[in-house]
Amino acid sequence: MSKPADARQRQMHHPQVEAWWREMDCGFAQVADVFEECLYEALTAFSRKEMDDYVAAAKHLSRLGRGPEPVLAFLEAWPSAAAAVGAEALADVMAAARALQASPNGHAIAPFLQTLAPVARRLGSREQLAFYLDIARDLMARTTGSIHGRHATIASPGLPAFFRQAPQLVEALPMAGLQNWVEYGIRHYGDHPQQQEEYFKLALADSRAVLQRERHGTLFADAERRLDLTLRALWRDPVPLIPYSTAYHELRQPVPYYDRLGMRVPDVYDERDGISGLDRYRAALAHMAGHRRWSTPQVADNWSPFQRLAVEFLEDARIDCLLMREYPGLARILLALHPRPAPDACDPETTSCLRHRLAMLSRACLDAAHGYADSLLNETVAAFRAALDGGVASTSRMAELALAYVARTRRHSDQFARIHFDGTVVDYRDDNRQLWKFIEEGDEEEAFDAPRQTVQDEEPQGLPPRHYPEWDQATQTYRPDWVSLYEALHPPGESARIDRLLEKHAALARRLMRLLDLIKPQNKQRIRYQEDGSELDLDTAIRSLIDYKCGITPDPRINMNHRTSGRNIAVLLLLDLSESLNQKVAGGEQTVLELSQEAVSLLAMAIERLNDPFAIAGFHSNTRHEVRYLHVKGFSEHWDDTVKGRLAAAGAGWSTRMGGALRHAGAALARRQADKRLLLLLTDGEPADIDVRDPVHLHADAKQAVGELAAQGVDTFCLSLDPKADAYVQGIFGKRHLVLDRVEQLPEKLPLLYMALTK
Amino acid sequence: MDIEQYKIGKEPFYQPQGDEVALYEAAYAARLPVMLKGPTGCGKSRFVEYMAWKLGKPLVTVACNEDMTASDLVGRYLLDREGTRWLDGPLTIAARIGAVCYLDEIVEARQDTTVVIHPLTDHRRVLPLDKKGEVVAAHPDFQLVISYNPGYQSLMKDLKQSTKQRFAAFDFDYPEAALETQIVARETGVDIETAGRLVKVAQTARNLKGHGLAEGVSTRLVVYAAQLIRRGVDPRAACRTAMARPITDDADIRDTLDHAVDAVFA
Ligand SMILES: Nc1ncnc2c1ncn2[C@@H]1O[C@H](COP(=O)(O)OP(=O)(O)O)[C@@H](O)[C@H]1O
Ligand SMILES: [Mg+2]
Repeated sequence: MSKPADARQRQMHHPQVEAWWREMDCGFAQVADVFEECLYEALTAFSRKEMDDYVAAAKHLSRLGRGPEPVLAFLEAWPSAAAAVGAEALADVMAAARALQASPNGHAIAPFLQTLAPVARRLGSREQLAFYLDIARDLMARTTGSIHGRHATIASPGLPAFFRQAPQLVEALPMAGLQNWVEYGIRHYGDHPQQQEEYFKLALADSRAVLQRERHGTLFADAERRLDLTLRALWRDPVPLIPYSTAYHELRQPVPYYDRLGMRVPDVYDERDGISGLDRYRAALAHMAGHRRWSTPQVADNWSPFQRLAVEFLEDARIDCLLMREYPGLARILLALHPRPAPDACDPETTSCLRHRLAMLSRACLDAAHGYADSLLNETVAAFRAALDGGVASTSRMAELALAYVARTRRHSDQFARIHFDGTVVDYRDDNRQLWKFIEEGDEEEAFDAPRQTVQDEEPQGLPPRHYPEWDQATQTYRPDWVSLYEALHPPGESARIDRLLEKHAALARRLMRLLDLIKPQNKQRIRYQEDGSELDLDTAIRSLIDYKCGITPDPRINMNHRTSGRNIAVLLLLDLSESLNQKVAGGEQTVLELSQEAVSLLAMAIERLNDPFAIAGFHSNTRHEVRYLHVKGFSEHWDDTVKGRLAAAGAGWSTRMGGALRHAGAALARRQADKRLLLLLTDGEPADIDVRDPVHLHADAKQAVGELAAQGVDTFCLSLDPKADAYVQGIFGKRHLVLDRVEQLPEKLPLLYMALTK
Repeated sequence: MDIEQYKIGKEPFYQPQGDEVALYEAAYAARLPVMLKGPTGCGKSRFVEYMAWKLGKPLVTVACNEDMTASDLVGRYLLDREGTRWLDGPLTIAARIGAVCYLDEIVEARQDTTVVIHPLTDHRRVLPLDKKGEVVAAHPDFQLVISYNPGYQSLMKDLKQSTKQRFAAFDFDYPEAALETQIVARETGVDIETAGRLVKVAQTARNLKGHGLAEGVSTRLVVYAAQLIRRGVDPRAACRTAMARPITDDADIRDTLDHAVDAVFA
C-alpha cells in the first residue's frame, strides 16, 4: 500500500481503527505505522470505554510538542502494562505525564513511558505502580531547580536516568528499598547535577553500593510460581495473588488481605526469626486459605470495636490451630512468627492493654508451652481447646468465647488512648475484612458488561459460505445452519521471515531432528538374525541345523522380525487467530502470535520429517455470520516457501467461535484415509464471540463438536495457552488437553507434544 | 505342563475399594473378558492376583511393551535337535490350562499385536495359531484380563474401539485417604500415623496434576516411601527420594513438594 504524504490521511484496514485514527488526528508517520497493530493488541484486553480512553490518552501525548516518541512509547506500552496493573491505572499514568509536562521535565516523559511496560509487569498491581509514580514525583519535586526563588526552571538531572534504569531497579528492589535508594541519591547528590545524573544512571560506586544494601528478602515476583503451586498443592485453593508495597506507611506495616480479586500479599518478605521470606509468604497464604475454608462472616453492627478485636484474635487462633492440625509442620513457622508477649510488658495503670491480653491469649491457644499463669486466660484456653476437640468448631463459637473473655477481663484503662502495640501484631494474619458483614450497606454486585469489540460490516470475499449448526445447550437441540463459515486461502507473505525464526531455534531444531530420527518408522522391513523373533527365518535355520549336525556350534540367531511402519496418522493443526494472539508474552517482547508461528514452523518441519500427512489452517470469527477459515497448508502441499509465506503473513484479529471451525476442520480430516486422525487445536483462550453473552453456550457447542468429531473417528486435542483454562478446558476436551503454563516454552513444547501424542 | 507354577500359593493382601470383588466374581462366572482401567500403581495387578487366588485359578501375567509381537503372545517355532519345535506363548498356555491371563498395560503393545486376542474374547473362545495350523479351543476356566491407563496423552496408546467393546470394564483410581492409609500400613508395616502422613503428601502432589505434573504420586510410590522408612530412613528423606524426585524435574514443583513434606512431617 502506498503511503500518503500526510500521515493523517493514512488508511487503516479496520473501519473502527480507522475511526480512532481520525480521532487521533495525528501527523506523525511513525505513529501511523504502528497504530493499527497497537490497537489490535489493545482490543483484546480493553472494553470499549477503555479503548476510547486509550486513544484519548495517546492523542493527548501526541500534542505535547515533544515529537512522536512519547505517543509511540505509550501506544506500545500501555496494553501490556494494563494487563499487569489494570486499565484503571491509566489515570495515574496520565497524571504523572501531566505533572512532568507542567514542570521543566517534559523531556523525561519519553523515557518514563518507554520503560513503563516492564516496570508495570514486574510491579503487578495498581497500588504498586502508584507507589512507583509517587517515588518518581518526589524525585522530580526535589531535584528540579529554581532560580531566585521563582518558578522551577531547571530540569531534574536525575529523573530521565531514573526512568531509564527503572526496570532494573524494580527487578532488584522492593518498593521500600527503591524509595530508600532514591532518597539517598537526593540527599547526597541533590545539589550536584553531574553526579546526580550519574547516581541515577547507576554509574557511581555509591549508587551501586546502596542498591546492594537495599536488595534483600524474597521478592514476590520471584516467588510467585512457587506460591501458586503451594496454594494448589496444600490448599486446593488457587486464587490469584496480588502484591502490594510494604513501604506505604512508615508507622504501621500494611497487612495481607483477600477480596474478590485475590489474595493481597506484600511485595517482599525478609527472613525473620529463622523463617525464610518464602515460608513467611506461605504462612500468610495458609492463614488466608484457612479463613476461606473455615470462617463464616459475622454481623458486625452490634459489637463494639473492642469486641470485634477480640473475636478476630480468637478466630485467627482457631484458624491457625486448624492449619497446624492439617499440616503439623506449619507449627514451626507459625510459632516462630507469632509474638510471645511477656505478661508484664504492658502497664494497665497508664495504657490500654487489651491488645496485649489478646495476643497472649492467642499465643496460649497455639502453643501448649505458653507458660502464662493467668487463670482467666487459662480457663478461656481450656474452653477453646474443648471447642476444637474432635471438630473444627465455628466462628460464632469463637465469638462467644471472645465476648465472654473481654467482659470478664475488662479494665477501665482499656479505653485509654494510649494503646500497647508492641509485640501484639501477628503479621502473617490478614486484616480480617472478610470476617465482617455490615447490614447497613447491602452487598452490591459489580456489573461486568464491557463489550469486547465492535462489529463491523465488511463483506468477506471468496467462496460462498458453508453453514454449520450450533448446539444450544439450553434446549438441547441444534440450531441448524447457524454459523456461516468462509473458507479462503491465506494471503501470501514473506517466507524468509519463517526461515529467520527457524534459524533462531537452530539448536532446538537439531535436537528435534535427532529425536525424530529415533521415532521415525522404517517402512515395512524384515529384520533377520534375531535370536528372538516373530518367525523362523528358514534360510538361516537350515544353515544352523546343518552346522549343528556337523558338530559346529550353530548360530542361534535364526528368527526374523517384521516391522511395519505402523504409522498412519493424518493431522490437521488448527490455529486460533483471534485478536488476543497479538498480546505480548509476559516478560518478553514477542507476541503470542509470533511464538505460535515459531512453534508451528518447528512442528511443520518435524511432521514433514515423519512423513505424516499434515495440514494447517487458522480461524477467527466475527459473530456467527462470519467465521473465517484460512488454509495455510493443505495435506498435499509440502512445507515449502509458499506455505511458509502464508504462515508468515498470518495475522490475528476478532474472536474465537470454535465449534464451526472444529466441525469444518474435522470434516476435512474425516475424509482422509488413516488409522488415526488428529485435530490439534492451538488456542490461547476460551470460545467466545461478540454476539454471545453467555460463554457457557459456546463451551457447550465446542464440546458437542468434539463429540461429533470423535464419532467420525477424529481425535481432537487442545493445547491451551490460557492460564485460566482449567475452568473450562476439561469440560470441552476431556482428558485430551494440555495447558501450557509458560507460553515462552511453546516452540519447544508443541513439537514434543505431537511426538508424545503419536508415539 | 506344570500348572502349579502358575497358582498363587499365599493369599495376596488386597484391600477392596468397593464391590469390585463380587463384581469380578460375577464377571468370571460368566467368563466375560475384563478390562481394568486406572492410573499406574493404583492396585490393578494386585487385584488380579488376589482374584486368581480367590478363584483358585492359575494366573499368567504378561507385561506388555512396544516391541512385543503377536508371536510373543501366541508362540513360535524354535530349533532343537529334532529340527523345529513349537513353543507355546503365554497366551496359548493360559488358554490351554484354563488360567486367568493378565495382559498388563496392554496399550503399550502395538495395535497389530493386540488383535490376536479378539477371537478369544467373543463367543468363539478360540486362539488360532496360524503358523502352526492349529486352533486352540480355550479351556472352560480360561479368562482374559487386560489393564489400561486412560491417562496417557497419546493417541497411539489408546485401545481401538473394536478392542474396548469386548470387555467389561472396572474403574480403578487411587483409594481415598483412609483406605490408602490402611493399605500402606498393612503392606509395609509402618504405623497408621506415618502411613497417613505419607498419603497426605501424595495427595498434595496429586493436586498438581495438570499444573506441571503429568501424573500424581501412585500408591506404589507411597508404598516405596514407607518401605524406606521401615528400613530406618528419615521420613522426609524417604518422601523426597521415593515420592517427590521420581515424578518431577521442575525446580519450583520440587520445592513445593519439599515444603509439603515439611508441612506434613512436623
Ligand atoms: N487395594 C490395594 N490393596 C493392597 N495393596 C495395594 C492396593 N492398591 C495398591 N496397592 C499397593 O500398590 C502397589 C502397586 O499396585 P499395582 O497393583 O502394582 O498397581 P497397577 O497394577 O495398578 O500399576 C502394590 O504393590 C501394593 O503395594
Ligand atoms: Mg485472619
